[in-house]
Amino acid sequence: MVSPLLLLEQTLNGLQFGVMLFLIAAGLTLVLGIMNLVNLAHGSLYMVGAFVCAWAARESGSFLIGLIAALPATAAVAVVVELLVVRRLYARDHLDQVLATFGLILFFNEATKMIWGARPLRLDLPAFLNGTVEILPGAPYPAFRLTVIGVGLAVALGLYLLVARTRLGMLIRAGASNREMVSALGVDIDRLYTLVFALGAALTALAGALAGPIYAVEIGMGETVLIPVFVVIVIGGIGSIRGAFVAALLVGLTFVLGRAFLPGLFELFLGPSAASTLGSALSAMAIYILMAAVLIWRPRGLFPPHG
Amino acid sequence: MARLAREHGAGLLLGLAFALWPALAAALGLEWSLELAARILIYALAAGALNLVLGYGGLVSFGHAAFFGAGAYVVAILAYHDMVLGPVAIAGLEIPGTSDAWIAFPLAVLVAGLLALVIGALSLRTNGLYFIMITLAFAQMIYYLFVSLPDYGGEDGLSLFARSSLRPLELDDNLAFYYLCLGLLALLLAAKALVVRARFGWALMGIRDNERRMTALGLPTFRYKLAAFVLSGAVTGLAGALIANLTEFVSPAFLSWPVSGELLVMVILGGIGRLYGPLYGATALLLLEFALKEWSEHWQLALGPILILVVLFARGGLAGLRRPRGAGHG
Repeated sequence: MVSPLLLLEQTLNGLQFGVMLFLIAAGLTLVLGIMNLVNLAHGSLYMVGAFVCAWAARESGSFLIGLIAALPATAAVAVVVELLVVRRLYARDHLDQVLATFGLILFFNEATKMIWGARPLRLDLPAFLNGTVEILPGAPYPAFRLTVIGVGLAVALGLYLLVARTRLGMLIRAGASNREMVSALGVDIDRLYTLVFALGAALTALAGALAGPIYAVEIGMGETVLIPVFVVIVIGGIGSIRGAFVAALLVGLTFVLGRAFLPGLFELFLGPSAASTLGSALSAMAIYILMAAVLIWRPRGLFPPHG
Repeated sequence: MARLAREHGAGLLLGLAFALWPALAAALGLEWSLELAARILIYALAAGALNLVLGYGGLVSFGHAAFFGAGAYVVAILAYHDMVLGPVAIAGLEIPGTSDAWIAFPLAVLVAGLLALVIGALSLRTNGLYFIMITLAFAQMIYYLFVSLPDYGGEDGLSLFARSSLRPLELDDNLAFYYLCLGLLALLLAAKALVVRARFGWALMGIRDNERRMTALGLPTFRYKLAAFVLSGAVTGLAGALIANLTEFVSPAFLSWPVSGELLVMVILGGIGRLYGPLYGATALLLLEFALKEWSEHWQLALGPILILVVLFARGGLAGLRRPRGAGHG
């Protein structure tokens, strides 16, 4: 039988993975929704954030300094990439964008390997985040993962307020529904695009820095996470922050709970070896099955922004 | 004659170069290059299949690795049952494995085609970016399915003990295998040339350029797109069967999304919707990769920017360099 404590722990793990996916997906869905740009290299920015954080934390001996260094550094890289390459791609079709940003991935992976070497970097936690918290009596849970959930939810709230309540947010929403009109009204659309691109990069760098102590900081970490992030965006509806948030939690929970409990669930009907094969296969496929099901049911995602 | 030379000249010349290459390579002592050349031909076959849906149908499939890998796994699994595991019992029937290409290759085509039928029937309900992503999602499902099948090697993949036998042809002979790849590529290029000139091809291009108009004309557009997708998947499966024989090894890497990306790159690099485009693209990309690898271990640092430059400055791909694009891709 599944114990309630294990279920609680795995649910929290799912939430933690979900808010990380949201941090990465938020920038990507804005770029997709507003600039109509498929950016495969968004995962590379996540990798850059993680590497800068791990490196700065090692050199300075403080995770917080690493975290603080990663955000502006990644945003700066993103601005350079936007000015040099990405800006020229907004008017192209998706195919050209896929190809060019695929080229960016190759470049970033190799450049990272040349700067920091092919071996994964370690990222150690500061002592005050390294312990566990008793969420219920007799149920310890890693303090850092709780922090990630907290940071993720706080950023989600901040982003909601930014988009819904500020002038910048108004322009972002306006740009998503009709960019010609926004630029005709005298808004410097180029600067707005660069700003949104850099904002998305800073959010994904935050996710990369927070991911460092939990997962490995290694070459190719961006591509591993990129595909689930696209799943999130598509399920949520392209360009919708609210959709990305709901879908990220849905995908995070599906992924973690599926991996934890599906093999055990199948053991109720099948032999142990068949159950573990089928269970692990299905749990690895679960988020893609979820996405296909959502798209077949609603071909434009859960929250299509353009009605 | 002049029209024939203009349209097919460069493509046929490149084909001729591939046909003569083994003799030239033998004279120059470059026999090792046959494997690279065969790899180019196989990828050209797969990219050509992708070009049918991408170039003529306007459907950006980011999941063709599924069909490529499925073809490869059909050949490998049949051979594995033949050599190692023994027959499988399904519903009381003993089904033996086989290393006979006369059985394995058509089965690879059939399985890949059926897979394309299922994936296509579900994916073609969406369009644009959602289509790109749903085809990717299905390919990822197949990828993770094979990663978690320990009986067939899981993440480590399966080795073939020998190439399939295609009596009277001996595929273990590199030269025979090379000409099989070339012959199949020529055959399918010719078939594609016929298909896109026929009513089917015109309907497909009409759907690409304006689907609503074709629907208004009474064309069952969904069925046309699905038929193209299934044809494309089936031929990609054949390319997969060939690649399994070339490398004598299959692993989930054949099913992974970078393979889908590479095929897209080849089509775009060569020229979308051009008959010989995929052949140019596969030749250029694999030769470029090979040359850069010889030059430096950090070859991807150069390949990435080259791809970006191609996108930014060489629209229409290599086939577009000779003459501007005709009826443009919309």
